Amino acid sequence: MTNSFTDYKNGDVFLVIGANPAENHPQVMRHMGIAMATRGAKLIVADPRFTKTAAKADIYATLRPGTDIAFLYGIMNYAIQNGLYFYDYVLNYTNASFLVNPEYGFSDGLFTGFADGKYDTKTWAYQMNGDAIAKDPTLQDPRCVFQILKKHVSRYDIKTVCKITGTPEDVFKKVCDLYCSTGKPDKAGNLIYAMGITQSSHGSQNVRATAMLQLLLGNIGIAGGGVNAQRGESNVQGSTDQGILYHYLTGYLGSVNATLHPTLKDYLDKETPKTSFWSNKPKFLISMLKAWYGAKATKENDFCFDYVPKHDGKDHSHQAIFQQMSEGKIKGYFAWGQNPAVGGPNSTVARKALENLDWMVAVDLFETETASFWKAPGVNPANIKTEVFLLPTAFSYEKEGTVANSSRWIQWRWKAVEPPGKAKSDLWIAYEIFKAVRKEYQAGGKFPAPILDMVWDYDLPGHDEPDIMKIAKEMNGYTVADGATLDAFSKLKDDGSTACGVWIYAGYMFEDPVLKVPASQRRSREDKSGLGLFPKWSFAWPANRRIVYNRCSADPSGKPWDPKRMLVSWDGAQWVNNDVPDFGFKDATTGAFITPDKSAVNCYIMTTEGVGRLFAPTGCKDGPLPEHYEPVESPVNNLMSKQQNNPVAVKYKGDFAKLAPTASPDFPYIGTTHRLVEHYQSGAVTRSCPNLAELQPEMFASISPGLAKKLGVKPGDMVAVSSIRGEIKCRANVLPIIKPFKIDGKEIELIGLPWHYGFSGIATGATANDITPSVGDPNVMIPESKAFLCNVKKA
Amino acid sequence: MKQKISRRDFLKFLGLGTAGTALLEGATAIPAFASTAEDKLPTFDLGPLKIKKAKETASVCAFCGCGCGLIVYSEGDRVIHIEGDPDNPNNEGSMCSKGIALGDANTIVDKNRKRVVNNRRIMDVLYRAPGSNKWEKKDWDWALAEIAKRVKKTRDETFEEKDEKGVTVNRTQAICHIGSASCDNEENYLFQKMQRAMGVINIDHHARL
Ligand code: SF4
Repeated sequence: MTNSFTDYKNGDVFLVIGANPAENHPQVMRHMGIAMATRGAKLIVADPRFTKTAAKADIYATLRPGTDIAFLYGIMNYAIQNGLYFYDYVLNYTNASFLVNPEYGFSDGLFTGFADGKYDTKTWAYQMNGDAIAKDPTLQDPRCVFQILKKHVSRYDIKTVCKITGTPEDVFKKVCDLYCSTGKPDKAGNLIYAMGITQSSHGSQNVRATAMLQLLLGNIGIAGGGVNAQRGESNVQGSTDQGILYHYLTGYLGSVNATLHPTLKDYLDKETPKTSFWSNKPKFLISMLKAWYGAKATKENDFCFDYVPKHDGKDHSHQAIFQQMSEGKIKGYFAWGQNPAVGGPNSTVARKALENLDWMVAVDLFETETASFWKAPGVNPANIKTEVFLLPTAFSYEKEGTVANSSRWIQWRWKAVEPPGKAKSDLWIAYEIFKAVRKEYQAGGKFPAPILDMVWDYDLPGHDEPDIMKIAKEMNGYTVADGATLDAFSKLKDDGSTACGVWIYAGYMFEDPVLKVPASQRRSREDKSGLGLFPKWSFAWPANRRIVYNRCSADPSGKPWDPKRMLVSWDGAQWVNNDVPDFGFKDATTGAFITPDKSAVNCYIMTTEGVGRLFAPTGCKDGPLPEHYEPVESPVNNLMSKQQNNPVAVKYKGDFAKLAPTASPDFPYIGTTHRLVEHYQSGAVTRSCPNLAELQPEMFASISPGLAKKLGVKPGDMVAVSSIRGEIKCRANVLPIIKPFKIDGKEIELIGLPWHYGFSGIATGATANDITPSVGDPNVMIPESKAFLCNVKKA
Repeated sequence: MKQKISRRDFLKFLGLGTAGTALLEGATAIPAFASTAEDKLPTFDLGPLKIKKAKETASVCAFCGCGCGLIVYSEGDRVIHIEGDPDNPNNEGSMCSKGIALGDANTIVDKNRKRVVNNRRIMDVLYRAPGSNKWEKKDWDWALAEIAKRVKKTRDETFEEKDEKGVTVNRTQAICHIGSASCDNEENYLFQKMQRAMGVINIDHHARL
């Protein structure tokens, strides 16, 4: 999230699209409620189902799954056509005035550069005047980003949008009017999304569309605004920060590609941009290598760069891993605190793939469906050769450590009780497993150096648990010479004199000079600005900044757009700040203030052009602008172009390849998965908690009263829900929270499926993901679980 | 002078009033509630505050990304009660149904209304042999050593030190690691360090889904 939950109270209008906080982020209802009660904030909810969140909305807009781009473009088009966008913000803080290559074009659903199933992005580049990007500050040149965007979204008029999304036209117009009211200097619109936006074959472009709308209305970098991606797990922000991903090392440093980065020099040359904050990348990477390989990492040996495994440029994401497993290429699997046998797409086929493993190490609290796949209903254990080690682990309050919430707040959790029986913390388990592996390699083996040279010395004398403070300090960063904990990543060096495991976490363990505790353990409710920044409660990465891109809260001269929401302010001689500035405001060596003109042109410090991207010349594999495509499985043809689906969507092979054709007569309904407030993810924990199991004991499918009548199904009857991938049986939940969509004159039914259930635990039930498709967004390979084709029959 | 009660004390009293049955151990509470017949409110002696001996520990919810602060009340190794941390700006004392039930993962109340460990928790190292239809209990030392052997065998059999162009790639494609957004930062940091040291490139987790 660009902002924090405690900032929600400053919002004027909330647009919740593809999120259902009342069930999935319940605390958000309180934060939005404060804004609604104290400042009359309004809530818009766009969702395929009339959710519990929608029940609290001022405007509820129904929206067919997978049509978010059309919806968001409709609002953008309305803002541009009616002059409701924030002109000064757009002109100064976005690339609206930048000129694009004259060869760039778009026709019938395809951008220029498409050949052989992929895009060459050359024609999407900016026009250059020597070293500088060519610009037209009048925003009139037909080649400038603003005009390109205006033309592109002009195709999304209210009538067209509503034909695609199924939103009633009058409701959609109300949404446009209300949300565009935030395109003013003294109004803030907060755009909230979650998996409804991301789980799509064009998920990245959905996200782009949310950001573009917020840029147009000047809602990023300000209190009460933001693009707020509400994250689903207590530490999914943190686990992502730590690089539990094939394509990132820690702190979003790209992983190493054998072809592009055979040497450290290649990596640094190719991956370090000349402009933007990423120009510091060598300091972050080399400090990370120094943290990992300690004294073994020297300038002479490129800081052990060779030890970091290099990938082959291919897809190694969740779905690709399972495909490899099904092909017998993966032999060993660490299933650590995650339950893909229920939580991953196309899970019947995924469970089958597990049978090809030689061994699995499952680390969990309860017996998950993944750990016990060999005794799933209908499976004969005698035929499965996989060895499974199931290691008992500690729950959150049975150990200590930090978790980063969606606001990027890294909060410390103290230990309350011992884990039961022989259970151990995940920290202990990881520490001991790798110690055992190192022991094996002491006797030799293939290339043991990276294993033996990795820093792994966290013994704490007299204690069974490893020294978490030492691990945390390594992540935070220290100076090599004296071991002093660093306070900020600005201190990192690229010469090996600093070590820092996770550069964005620099400062999280630095002792607060007043409170005398590491920053992440702070518990002060001090909030001088009254804006809910709480600078001394835990630590927010990066740099304890609570609202990122906060330079944009003030005009180019440094005057806050809205004095009531002041985050940073230039008083003519100096900067006066409520939040930690997200821009160069003080010269590091002289201590002199840097005048606002410098930061005004570099307010989005992570982009090479220094401004927000309404048009993305690089970074996306599927176009510089979002475009509406149908989900890969859709009941209708794409009204916008001949291009039915995202032309570069990722599809998988073998048993993972099954997809229903457009408007399949066998699977006439749209299936969508969702969550419930009583359960958490695959239910691995909550389905074994008696109170929660009692509250939501069983799997169900929500269907509309009309469809129930047609099928002769009464509430509570068993139904069979099928897709081309299989069938599940569960109870019917018949409620008018589901209504058929009117799509271009056709009525199309929706089936809602909670995805928490499986065969283990107290509350058991059919697994929704058994019937979801294996399709991936081309940029991030997230599966398309929110929109697929299915059928329902009385069972 | 009137004694000032802090917000925390107030919430503690409130907690007793609204969640009394959950907090009281003695048998007295059961008949009192069981006799709620004929629109008569039950009256019974609350007795001494049963959480007064409890240890209070500040924690953060293990479920969604809101990061609600909570206070774990425990006695020995059993969790007695969980309530929202009134000081934590994320939630200021409130929690949802999942957070309130967080204690269930460790402690449940059995049929005799005694607090016991949630009997579904895995409390031993379990091993399933090839073709077997059951778990066997094992000890940690055995499991750690056996896992290390499996890792070494798979890694060494499939290890690619250099690719076809002679670039040092130091990888195995035959091992994968998936998880976890439910683990702490420090834990995840160790997971990826160890996997990368072993040359594992098939690394992913919840964030992808
Ligand atoms: S108590 Fe509920 S809202 Fe708060 S973090 Fe836990 S799951 Fe999320």
